[in-house]
Amino acid sequence: MKLFTELYTELEQTNKTNEKVEALKFYFKRAAPNDAAWALYFLSGRKPRQIVPSKKLRDWAIELSGIPEWLYEESRDTVGDGSETIALLLPNNATVDETPLHILVEKRLLPLRASDESNQYEEVISTWQKMNYAQRLVYNKMISGSFRVGVSQLLVTRALSQLCGQPTDIIAMRLMGAWEPTAEFYQTVINSEVNEAERPIARPFPFYLAHQIDFPLEKLGNINEWQAEWKWDGIRAQVIKRENQVFVWSRGEDLITERFPEIARAAEFLPNGTVLDGEILPWLDNAVQPFTELQKRIGRKNLSAKLLAEVPVIVQTYDLLEFQDKDLRGETFSQRRKTLEKVVKTLDEPAKNVFRLTESVKADSWEDLQEKREQSRLLKVEGFMLKKLASPYRVGRVRGDWWKWKIDPLTVDAVLLYAQKGTGKRSGLFTDYTFAVWSGGELVPFAKAYSGLTDAEIRKVDRFVRENTKETFGPVRSIVPQLVFELAFEAIQKSNRHKSGVAVRFPRILRWRDDKKIEEADSLETIHALLESLEGNGK
Amino acid sequence: MMEKEKPLIELTKKGLYCEHGDFFIDPWLPVKKAILTHAHADHTYRGNQNYLVPKEGERLSRIRLGDEAKISTSSYGEVQNIKGVKVSFHPAGHVLGSAQVRVEYKGEVWVISGDYKLTPDATCAPFESVRCHKFISEATFGLPIYRWTPTEQIFEQINQWWRHNRECGKAAVIFAYALGKSQRILNGIDRSIGKIFTHGAVERLNDAYRQSKVDLPETKYVGAVKNKKDFIGSLIVATPSSAGSAWLKRFGSHSTAFASGWMVVRGARRRKAVDRGFVLSDHADWTELQTAIRETRAEKVFVTHGFISELVRWLNENGVNAEPLKINYFGDDELEDVLKDEFVEKELQ
Ligand SMILES: [Zn+2]
Ligand SMILES: [Zn+2]
Repeated sequence: MKLFTELYTELEQTNKTNEKVEALKFYFKRAAPNDAAWALYFLSGRKPRQIVPSKKLRDWAIELSGIPEWLYEESRDTVGDGSETIALLLPNNATVDETPLHILVEKRLLPLRASDESNQYEEVISTWQKMNYAQRLVYNKMISGSFRVGVSQLLVTRALSQLCGQPTDIIAMRLMGAWEPTAEFYQTVINSEVNEAERPIARPFPFYLAHQIDFPLEKLGNINEWQAEWKWDGIRAQVIKRENQVFVWSRGEDLITERFPEIARAAEFLPNGTVLDGEILPWLDNAVQPFTELQKRIGRKNLSAKLLAEVPVIVQTYDLLEFQDKDLRGETFSQRRKTLEKVVKTLDEPAKNVFRLTESVKADSWEDLQEKREQSRLLKVEGFMLKKLASPYRVGRVRGDWWKWKIDPLTVDAVLLYAQKGTGKRSGLFTDYTFAVWSGGELVPFAKAYSGLTDAEIRKVDRFVRENTKETFGPVRSIVPQLVFELAFEAIQKSNRHKSGVAVRFPRILRWRDDKKIEEADSLETIHALLESLEGNGK
Repeated sequence: MMEKEKPLIELTKKGLYCEHGDFFIDPWLPVKKAILTHAHADHTYRGNQNYLVPKEGERLSRIRLGDEAKISTSSYGEVQNIKGVKVSFHPAGHVLGSAQVRVEYKGEVWVISGDYKLTPDATCAPFESVRCHKFISEATFGLPIYRWTPTEQIFEQINQWWRHNRECGKAAVIFAYALGKSQRILNGIDRSIGKIFTHGAVERLNDAYRQSKVDLPETKYVGAVKNKKDFIGSLIVATPSSAGSAWLKRFGSHSTAFASGWMVVRGARRRKAVDRGFVLSDHADWTELQTAIRETRAEKVFVTHGFISELVRWLNENGVNAEPLKINYFGDDELEDVLKDEFVEKELQ
């Protein structure tokens, strides 16, 4: 626990990737295999289900630290994280818990879920008393199921690869799918030799992920070397059929076969030794449905026949990673695509309806493609995916061969200028805001927005409003301009009725930009430019 | 309501005012007579006709106020009679020459604490508890999440960080307020590790500290360094406003850290975008606030800056009669100091 906490603290404190990799190597070199296995489990984003509800942890921490509930809430609002607040509030203890990570998790943490409340209470309190602040933070996050580390799977893979001398894709492959955090498993991960029979039949390939393109398209070279596909907003998934068994994996490395019985049924029509890559989408009347529809399916444990009928799904299929038991990832995208077309075309009717070949959008030039992209909002897609025809299927987020070319969201950074108290659930708090942008050195109001902040943020803004009121006009307060927010809109249009000359539809607060000064907020000119580019007459 | 008459100290648009003595304490708009608690920019404004400052802080006040300012001084404990009002300074433990102001008139005693801390600090006189009827306290860190780690442990962390960077051939750049925090770091750091360089604003104040017999290691102004290789493995004490600026380029490969009480919360450190955060504050933490307030045995406590409503509610729930005193400071104290430091820095260059 000591070594792992130090790793957690180290990873949290640095923003530099090579330092993170060094910290990981430092840890894995020293950790016992059974501890390292659990570390790997947590670092790769896996976490045990909540063991003790956060509410209970909170109540016990309040009791132990001798403060009233309201003061806990105020503290939590300032900190913004329950586990951290508890770790800070508990009476100080400088002792360090030396219990090995695997003992702590296997013997003291996991068994707690099944025990009664008084046992949980005893165990949690006595553990807290043995730990220092940093350990308590890690422990609280593990026990409340909220453990997250600021490190990507790619960095963990890189560190392990450097330790055992195997290439990163082998390590990534070994870390895929379902596994138990045991010393044996960890040994297989860092095995310096590759085992022929290493690949169990359920195991998916590491996904190849794309970056958003951040340079002019022309730099990609000749458009004929690229394929453009619509970028769908669904669940990225691999569908596997091997030895007469079917598996559906999400990008989060969750096995989701049971959530999508229609995909599982269709996959039975695939030949053995096939792995498809694509996007699961809610699809009705030959059109994609909003992502929120899909969430209904994911969130539900029991899928009723009614829900299955209401939210049918398909897979927009765009890559073939394995065929006839052969790993195709080393072949070029155009070769894989050709085979994929054949596979999909020869499928039987019910399967054909589920596995739809993703359309390749033809364009003569980048300008032509740019024009075609204008249809994105209409088609309810996020823009284009650009894939190099000659590229292999890579591991992780690698720049160069696959690019996302998303349409720009309609967003503006604006300054909070007026606030008014809300009604209903949040009555008494200042929750209705008027935002302004720059115009000729002046802040001009241009949008009102009510929603989009967390409760903690609302309380912070509320406090700010109270302490920085300039003037009061009835229920409205004018505020010292100091806070910047990013706003998003459904649409924006010209308007003569507004002083700003624009009217926005369904504005909402995307996030609080507390990293920005008011001088960095957008201007009316940029908004007008945005407007013109949307109307298609600007360049 | 017994007290129908005006309170001895009241809040006006220009600052805290004592009518009987006709003086202001830390006023932010120009007045005839200003009594200053300490030389931080949010307490020491220019433009007043006369100043009374603690003797121990005179050099620092002079730097802030300029050569023309009319400054008279009074030592800790020395009583001045201003139109029948007895006024004396008492150490606040905040920075060199910082004071609480004790004001007595017809047997009633008020103490205006300014900024204070109880944590021991070798660069200034320790906080002195002063009995009073009315106590004005700050609440910069008035939440129970703010409880300081013992200073020795923090210095161990800083030393370790510096040593580690030195081993990696990197410079260690620590951001700290030019007045007080910087000198506290210099005084407490393990000076055997390597060379120490300072930002211009820090160096100028270092001289004032040395003249006041505060033990500081040898430091060198960054601008006086000819060979950039000298920075390798060294410690650089810089003002927070240098963070993220081009000024840092000269140090080559380096790690950054910020020393402040706000660094208790991980989110605050992330927003500062530094590699490390060290919890080192010039202000009282939650526990110190309680201790200081109780020891005054004041019948009434006025709370200002920071987590005002939280501390007031807590005190009232725990048998201390408290209410908010709203001072028109802008934003929170330490952040405000950062902005002011930028301004002062420019003047010092
Ligand atoms: Zn101060
Ligand atoms: Zn202050």
